[in-house]
Amino acid sequence: MLILECPFCGIMADETELAPGGEAHVRRVGPEGSDEAFEAYLFMRRNPCGVHFELWRHAHGCGRWFIAARNTLTLEVYGTYPAQTDRPPAAIVRAIRRRVPGWEWQP
Amino acid sequence: MSEREAARLRLRRGPGLGMIALRCAPHVPGLGEALGGALGGMRGAALPERGRIVSANGGAVAWMSPDEWLLLCPRERTAGLLERLSRELAGEHHLLADVSDARAVFTLSGPGWREALARLGPADVSPAGFGAGMFRRSRLGQVAAAFWISGPDELRLFCRSSVAGYMEALLEGAARGEGPGIFDAPGA
Amino acid sequence: MSLRLSSGGRLIERDRPLDFTFNGRRLRGLAGDSLASALLANGQMLVGRSFKYHRPRGVVASGVEEPNALVGLGRGGRFEPNRRATTVELFDGLEAVSQNHWPGLGFDLGALNDLAARFLPAGFYYKTFMAPRGAWEKLFEPLIRRAAGLGRAPEEPDPDGYEHFHVHVDVLVIGGGISGLQAALTAGRTGARVMLVEQGPHWGGRAPVEGVRLDGRPAAEWVDAALGELERMGNVHLRRRAMAVGVYDHGYALLHERVAAHTPGDGRPRHRLWKVRARRIITATGALERPLAFVGNDVPGVMLASAVRDYVVNWAVAPGRRTVVVTNNDDAYRSALVLREAGLEVPAIVDARPQADGPLVQRAREMGIRVVSGSAIAGVKGRRRVRGVRLCAHEGEGAVLEEIACDAVAMSGGWSPVVHLWSHCGGKLLWEEGQAHFRPDPQRPPTGADGAPLVFAAGNANGRMETAAALADGQVAAEAALKALGTGRERGGARAPLPAVAPEEVAPMLPVWLMPRKAGAKARMKMWLDFQNDVKVSDVELAAREGYESVEHTKRYTTLGMATDQGKLSNINGLAVLSEALGQPVPQTGTTTFRPPWAPVSFGAIAGEARGDLFQPVRETPIHRWHETHGAHWEPVGQWRRPYAYPRDGESLHDAVIREVRNARQAVGLLDASTLGKILVRGPDAGRFLDMIYTNMMSTLKPGRCRYGLICNENGFLIDDGVVVRLDKETFLCHTTTGGAERIHEHMERWLQTEWWDWRVFTADLTEQYAQIAVVGPKARALLERLGGMDVSRESLPFMEWRAGELAGFAVRVFRISFSGELSYEIAVPAGQGLALWERLVEEGAAFGIMPYGTEALHVMRAEKGFIMIGDETDGTVIPQDLGLGWAISKKKADYLGKRAHQRPHMTDPNRWKLVGLETLDGSVLPDGAYAAAEGVNENGQRKVQGRVTSSYFSPTLGRGIALGLVEHGPERMGEVLAFPATGGRIIRARIVSPVFYDKDGEKQNV
Repeated sequence: MLILECPFCGIMADETELAPGGEAHVRRVGPEGSDEAFEAYLFMRRNPCGVHFELWRHAHGCGRWFIAARNTLTLEVYGTYPAQTDRPPAAIVRAIRRRVPGWEWQP
Repeated sequence: MSEREAARLRLRRGPGLGMIALRCAPHVPGLGEALGGALGGMRGAALPERGRIVSANGGAVAWMSPDEWLLLCPRERTAGLLERLSRELAGEHHLLADVSDARAVFTLSGPGWREALARLGPADVSPAGFGAGMFRRSRLGQVAAAFWISGPDELRLFCRSSVAGYMEALLEGAARGEGPGIFDAPGA
Repeated sequence: MSLRLSSGGRLIERDRPLDFTFNGRRLRGLAGDSLASALLANGQMLVGRSFKYHRPRGVVASGVEEPNALVGLGRGGRFEPNRRATTVELFDGLEAVSQNHWPGLGFDLGALNDLAARFLPAGFYYKTFMAPRGAWEKLFEPLIRRAAGLGRAPEEPDPDGYEHFHVHVDVLVIGGGISGLQAALTAGRTGARVMLVEQGPHWGGRAPVEGVRLDGRPAAEWVDAALGELERMGNVHLRRRAMAVGVYDHGYALLHERVAAHTPGDGRPRHRLWKVRARRIITATGALERPLAFVGNDVPGVMLASAVRDYVVNWAVAPGRRTVVVTNNDDAYRSALVLREAGLEVPAIVDARPQADGPLVQRAREMGIRVVSGSAIAGVKGRRRVRGVRLCAHEGEGAVLEEIACDAVAMSGGWSPVVHLWSHCGGKLLWEEGQAHFRPDPQRPPTGADGAPLVFAAGNANGRMETAAALADGQVAAEAALKALGTGRERGGARAPLPAVAPEEVAPMLPVWLMPRKAGAKARMKMWLDFQNDVKVSDVELAAREGYESVEHTKRYTTLGMATDQGKLSNINGLAVLSEALGQPVPQTGTTTFRPPWAPVSFGAIAGEARGDLFQPVRETPIHRWHETHGAHWEPVGQWRRPYAYPRDGESLHDAVIREVRNARQAVGLLDASTLGKILVRGPDAGRFLDMIYTNMMSTLKPGRCRYGLICNENGFLIDDGVVVRLDKETFLCHTTTGGAERIHEHMERWLQTEWWDWRVFTADLTEQYAQIAVVGPKARALLERLGGMDVSRESLPFMEWRAGELAGFAVRVFRISFSGELSYEIAVPAGQGLALWERLVEEGAAFGIMPYGTEALHVMRAEKGFIMIGDETDGTVIPQDLGLGWAISKKKADYLGKRAHQRPHMTDPNRWKLVGLETLDGSVLPDGAYAAAEGVNENGQRKVQGRVTSSYFSPTLGRGIALGLVEHGPERMGEVLAFPATGGRIIRARIVSPVFYDKDGEKQNV
């Protein structure tokens, strides 16, 4: 049972108050995209054993989408932040690097 | 319900409240004044901080999300307030909607309300986790609900009106029997 | 013969007898008894049969680890199968029955399996029931099913209540023994929110049984004082009978509390499931004693040594008059001492260690007990009851040296910490060679959301086996937990001194995994590891020989540890035997994964309040009560209840639907459409946004107009449809399907929040703010005119437009949209006025022959018009182009959700199945979902298909069966006849026709 802090309302939300949205920071490929790029956008998702970015919606709360940066192996949560960004904020990157030295953000 | 149970918790449907959903950016100039004025005579203070509700003159404004507020007022004032806000926010990107009929309101009175909520949902409703002035949106049973402390030993909550029957039965069940007494401890 | 002693028993009240029955026999116990102690007090040693061989089974333990003494408890709706007699508190009128035998406990036909035991080795089922294929279904499966399963499910509704309770704490301490109490004291004194739980009805754990003295006083006194302090704290909550079921991510823990299980029908909930969010968790869950594997170790009367002294000390019950103790460690000597102090005979202590001379051994010798070191049990005499034991040298093959008559055996193979809860959420283990057990590895604890340790083991559960160390460990664990909390509280109060405990000197134990050490193959077939599932030493060795090197595989192959006790007694012994067979050290073999639940939880507790009317929310429209009082037959649509039809007295449902369709087509019908989704979309970018959401162009829609629109996902598949209304320049109202309201609102918000967050658009789900009533039929206009108010003429309110106004004094929005093909007005009013408007329409409509109609008439009418229904014509693989809806896809737009997908080769494949109408040649109704057969077979030898039925109804308007379907090249094959194989070898032939069966030019809706 994950417990994540909603960055919008500050509530430590229980997993049953949240709705999952899959991998975060997936860039949309529109009508101009190549077959390969579009296929990757539709179907290819990371499934890392380690640092991962996930979209969550505070469904039984403020209704906002946010992103959780967490470790799928240790269950550590490095932080949560609003989904209105195409990359993790610098503070989150620093928090991850403190715990996983040498970690690099890969878009 | 036994007398003893009734002393711990009484459940009442209502009161019917006027409710207006307002969505707009929090930094819109004059928003707080507009809301305060709508409640009647408040100046600026009617813009609640996140997770909170401010009340005045029989009305209230609750923080729903970073760009959404809920105005609570006596039913008969709803249309007037809608019009007034619509006028004051004209020119600003916003959405106003009367949602009075979309919600069902319940009032829980008596010291047992914390335990009743703790039976039904994951929110921390201990005195340490939930106090006056807070406005919590969460889950009760299998449906969404929002609740706040409306007076001494009194809680008000609302859910969508289509599930009012479910909510009433759920709360009735949670009001029955004696809970574990976890919030009764002196220092709890 | 087990018996009640005339004195002693710290938990029983001799002046409060309780009557109960076992297999219908009336027995008497005492207040404070467990069912197991009461049964033993009545000489009832045989309590059940094992699962596979139906061997006689007696009580072996005294707690939750009990594998044998499973009973069915109660009767009728309160019947509960598979309860451990050792954890059932006795109450007056308790009824228990034994399990897994037929016809009787004493004489059981299933025991024939035991005679055939050597033909039923590990993996027997896997090997035997492979072939022939047909025999599995007809012969083997029914046989196995009859034999499978322990206990039986209750058949009547459960009269008791169950509830959930959510609680948030700083520290959850699991286990009410002295380590747990000390941890709770330490944490509680800092003011932290603490919850201390104990699975049994008593606090103090084993310390009071062991005669431990703290500060020179009996342990029980210290326990009472500790409880007193904890109760006064106010920030500490104490719960007995609350078993920790599991520890999950981020400090979520489940507790199963048996509130009124021992006082049935007293009005309290039977069980309560606690959902705890704890910032840190301390597991002070104690340790379990391991059995020893020797021939006949499953005969009733062979018990764990610690259980023997529990029964004597707690309940003044002796498992026998003459008890032989067999052990590999000092601890079991305590049982011998307790038995002797109670005046019972201990003819010998059989100690596998070559030398036995610790202080406890000395005391046993001083009491005159014979200690036979370096020895082992070669076999147990007796079948349904121990009659004696044969001794041999432990370092031998089992040559019998002597026989000792006895009626009970107390065995001890050493102690294993209860590491389950530590392990549930990722805690790792260390192998402790000296104790031959796994204990929590403090370097690899389960971690929490902050990356710091989440769970802290304490006391016996942490491998601290001596009293003083266990007590101190409670304090250490609590301090570590508080430190990890980061509140600075650990530096708060001064450390309270720990009570003084006399030092214990204990001699090393000797790991013994089977006795005697060199026992032959035949003997190993009679040494039980898993008592409930009948797994023996030989089975595990066979698995190793057959290549099962992984302990997880061996578990599943042999069923070791898979019974309802989940191997609490058998796991360590089993994997040690496997390790020896594989010739590798135990830690290399490792353990199987510990998963919740620690012990079984009732379904009632899991369901909580969600049963009966509260099983799931039922959503009601504002007009629900009217439907109910007017005989609606309900159809669940998502969580909504919608009227399917309104059958009249003596009318069949089918006839009601026909009547409702005809009336709407010929006069006027009324439909409660309130469940349709209504999403307000507003802002300067609203048009641009809806152009992305819908395949159509919505930005060009003029205020006052309505447009039917389609919504696809990025895969291009159709996910919803509905009418979009432009309220004003910046405001749209999007109607969705009933099931789509929340889904589409979330869909819109997701795109707005995660992709186009700079677009100036707000949405609001107003579905429940409005009641919506469809007035449908040729007389609809006349009816609205009779209501009086706004102009609803063709000129003022043309088809696919809307107006706001007043009808019969109600402020309304009227949409001229039609899902039936008839003249139709959908009227929206605030939900609170929905019922009044509906009743007014019914009243005024009487003159026009108005009738309400339900969802089935709605479906029939839309199918007659060839209108698609999301969920019927679509199934998540259908694109608008398949449904002849290409006209609703804008060619002018550069982009919309799904556009890129619609260009993929598979989506433009001309062989995609496309929507057509189907008319049966004989006028019958095609089965919904039927496939149209094609020539030939596919690579799996199955008949090829060329289409399928997506909707099928009897059309009252046409007087025949009509259907919609998706057919390969369908629109190009008009007039062709397809064959639809139906059940019973029947073939139904149907002609491909236009999907629009009625009013092809749409004249009726546009009048």
